[in-house]
Amino acid sequence: MSDRGHLKKTAHLAEVPASWESGPRGARPRRLLSTRTIVVYGTLFVAAAYYLLPLYVMIVTSLKGMPEIRLGNIFSPPLEITFEPWVKAWSSACTGLNCDGLSRGFWNSVMITVPSTAISIAIASINGYALSNWRFKGADIFFTILIVGAFIPYQVMLYPIVIVLREIGLYGSLSGLVIVHTIFGMPILTLLFRNYFAGLPEELFKAARVDGAGFWGIYLKIMVPMSLPIFVVAMILQVTGIWNDFLFGVVFTRPEYYPMTVQLNNIVNSVQGVKEYNVNMAATILTGAVPLLVYFVSGRLFVRGIAAGAVKG
Amino acid sequence: MKFRSAIAALAATVALPVAASHATDLEVTHWWTSGGEAAAVAELAKAFDATGNKWVDGAIAGAGGTARPIMVSRITGGDPMGATQFNHGRQAEELVQEGLMRDLTDVAERGKWKEIIRPASLLDSCTIDGKIYCAPVNIHSWQWLWLSNAAFEKAGVAVPKNWDEFVAAAPALEQAGIVPLAVGGQPWQASNAFDVLMLALAGKDTFLQVFQERNAEVAAGPEMAKVFKAADDARRMSKGTNVQDWNQATNMVITGKAGGQIMGDWAQGEFQLAGLKAGEDYSCLPGLGVTEVIATGGDAFYFPLLEDEEKSKAQEALAETLVDPKVQVAFNLKKGSVPVRGDVDLAAANDCMKKGLDILAKGNVVPWTDQLLSADSQKQKEDLFSEFFANPSMTAEDTQKRFVEIIAAAD
Amino acid sequence: MTGQATDRTTVPRRSGRPNRLTRNLSAKIASIPMMLTAVVIFLGGTLWTVLYSFTSSKLLPRLRFVGLDQYERLWAAPRWLVSIENLAIYGIFSLIFSMVIGFVLAALMDQKIRFENTFRTVFLYPFALSFIVTGLVWQWLLNPEHGIQSVVRAMGWAGFSFDPLYDSGIVIYGILIAALWQGTGLVMCLMLAGLRGIDEDIWKAARVDGIPMWKTYLFVVIPMMRPVFVTTLVIIASGIVRVYDLVVAQTSGGPGIASEVPAKYVYDYMFQAQNLGQGFAASTMMLITVAIIIVPWAYLEFGGGRKRV
Repeated sequence: MSDRGHLKKTAHLAEVPASWESGPRGARPRRLLSTRTIVVYGTLFVAAAYYLLPLYVMIVTSLKGMPEIRLGNIFSPPLEITFEPWVKAWSSACTGLNCDGLSRGFWNSVMITVPSTAISIAIASINGYALSNWRFKGADIFFTILIVGAFIPYQVMLYPIVIVLREIGLYGSLSGLVIVHTIFGMPILTLLFRNYFAGLPEELFKAARVDGAGFWGIYLKIMVPMSLPIFVVAMILQVTGIWNDFLFGVVFTRPEYYPMTVQLNNIVNSVQGVKEYNVNMAATILTGAVPLLVYFVSGRLFVRGIAAGAVKG
Repeated sequence: MKFRSAIAALAATVALPVAASHATDLEVTHWWTSGGEAAAVAELAKAFDATGNKWVDGAIAGAGGTARPIMVSRITGGDPMGATQFNHGRQAEELVQEGLMRDLTDVAERGKWKEIIRPASLLDSCTIDGKIYCAPVNIHSWQWLWLSNAAFEKAGVAVPKNWDEFVAAAPALEQAGIVPLAVGGQPWQASNAFDVLMLALAGKDTFLQVFQERNAEVAAGPEMAKVFKAADDARRMSKGTNVQDWNQATNMVITGKAGGQIMGDWAQGEFQLAGLKAGEDYSCLPGLGVTEVIATGGDAFYFPLLEDEEKSKAQEALAETLVDPKVQVAFNLKKGSVPVRGDVDLAAANDCMKKGLDILAKGNVVPWTDQLLSADSQKQKEDLFSEFFANPSMTAEDTQKRFVEIIAAAD
Repeated sequence: MTGQATDRTTVPRRSGRPNRLTRNLSAKIASIPMMLTAVVIFLGGTLWTVLYSFTSSKLLPRLRFVGLDQYERLWAAPRWLVSIENLAIYGIFSLIFSMVIGFVLAALMDQKIRFENTFRTVFLYPFALSFIVTGLVWQWLLNPEHGIQSVVRAMGWAGFSFDPLYDSGIVIYGILIAALWQGTGLVMCLMLAGLRGIDEDIWKAARVDGIPMWKTYLFVVIPMMRPVFVTTLVIIASGIVRVYDLVVAQTSGGPGIASEVPAKYVYDYMFQAQNLGQGFAASTMMLITVAIIIVPWAYLEFGGGRKRV
């Protein structure tokens, strides 16, 4: 197996590594408060305001009581902070007869998201690896079909998939749902991994072949360790998509596996009575909390990936 | 499917009177998720649990778009629930024809459903090829104009007694800064408001000729042109509603921001929740105060065919529970709807509800469009009228032409 | 260039047998899930859909052929035509704005700025939220009675009017605002990664030659970022074609039918109207349109004889 020294040497030879692994670049004069600095930061702050405004409204609203919401404007901070909406959204909002709020679906969501994310990434990364390094006749045709498949609306595929799962006897089970998520994550993820692996220096691959490493050996010992950033990106995409999924979660499982989004839908879309905006907003933030957390944590990994790349620069 | 019909035959021969001795879990799916609805479902669950079985709740909010695809997928995917809600009418027709649903005829005969369920049209829409496939649980009627007394007072006009007076009062309301007629943005609201106008203004005969017999000539005729004129008025009066959900529109009436709303009897729950009193704070005009006929739509439970014998027995127990007189009263009082049996006493009903019961008792009823038209035709109608209500440049004449096309092609 | 790709496959295996089937056997075995997905689900599902679009299937798929009836009805339906038009407008603007905003933000982030992590998180976080949530929040912000309009009016501009979701003419742009809010962060991240992949020497050379920065970006950097643009394009474009949840959550297609989109037509007719045939005909039209645009491009981009990207 080739060592790290080899890795560093070959990295120079890569023409255009489509990788995330290098530090910030670009022209950079370093004068304080130049027009450019003002333009750069000004634009960034304006953009940041646009992105943060809805979050601000969500948080502020979730902390208000209903009377205040009805009277006040949506941007004003709460006069009297209450955490009741949060408690209600988490533990007592009703879904039909089950009045235990979002907490009911939380572990189901975890149970669905973890295996679905892991398996879909594993399969897609192997696909991408096979497509970029071990191309065989016809592989491109399958890949083209896959890419076109990315454009098919999910809803159209419901019926065929119900039939397929019924025939293989996995309809209504957790594994059936994991398969569905793996299928629909495959096109984009495979594309990502394929492009990434194609951007890695080819000499690495050749050297490993000369050393006698096979398909799986190279994948596990070279490709995976070198590809942390793209795995992070893939994880972000999948965790977000799967955690937020509602349609597949209800169509392909039964109530005991219903994910959190089902409760969110029920809390938000129940039409009778007064709309409790504060509970809706709290439920929304709570449901989004896990993907958000993944972002904050993986943001660091991301930086690490970039820093690691800087060594060989 | 052969295999399924074999099971069906088998299930029919071994079906025994209910004597569930030990608890069987039965998953029941429905889209009743809001406060009042959930309270009503709780009554059903309580009564069912009392038979020694266990109600496993599978609630999914959002009727047509969200819940139904899930229910249908579950049934066709071969992992059916124990029982499921549908609007009774034609939504489950094909599942029955496909042999996926359970025949309840023996349960119905034992319970004498044919004699006690009224109006008879309710059971008719559960009947396919002479067999009964669903248990109706409630009657909802659409034909109501809800009026805010405060809004009319503010505008300085008397609370209207019928549709024409309402139209005449509209300018005064507008001057006072009040939207005369609240119509929410969801497509079904516009479409059903039109159907209500039609039944009230063109009468029962025309209504049935168009929707039951699909008589395109009548649909294109002068009687209907009048209805489209009225719809044009309604469109003008609804300008400025700017809400989506029906209950947000109802809320405009409750707060006096709107003069009135055409909505089903479930709107009453909103007025009650807000602490308003029928007659004093708000008024209701069944049949828009013109034609006192109400349509009988509602909800029903269907039972997928199951292989498990225990569960099949539990299904029977549930079907019997649903039409039980006590359960009917408890459920419908919470739900704000009318029981499906004529032999129960609803002393607790309020003024508006009593008006509805009176009309029912007189037999002035028609089946509702859910029962008369396929979901497909209903959807086309929704598309047409939601476009009409949102687009002031669409003329009543053009809309009528498109309406005739839908009726001519309806199935 | 072609040689480069085939080089990798012709490295002799230890067994060294020239059998076509066993060559690259591990890779073939490892690709079985991909092949199955491509053939059974995407191809099979598509053919199945096309087949049933010629039938009168209602709630359940049944092979009762009615020829082109479903298509005739589809193209006569005003709602379908509005949906197509909306998708075109939404698609073009969303593609342009996502790319431009994403790239500009990434370029700004690449200027060795302070608080890079904070800015990146701020731009990316909306992507963690589902379309349903995005739609709800923006529906609220754009509501004339308690959203942005009312706040601006309360500040003194009584004539201020901003209610895109209640104006048939511009409602699709209201949806666009929310879509961009949700999606541009990811585009920015992908672009940033691409920029970080550009060799420092390129910039040095450009500076030595006195080429203005915008020219360097436009003529040197962007062409070098081709693979990133391809990936981004696929992600954005597939999202555009499938847009559904956002519309449902924000407007349910309203006012009237002014913000309807094709995927919603498909879903509504399949399940609400219980007319599978009609829904399948609509989805077949979508698939054909996508195929006409995508297949030739995808084959050129990813197909045989391509060079490494």
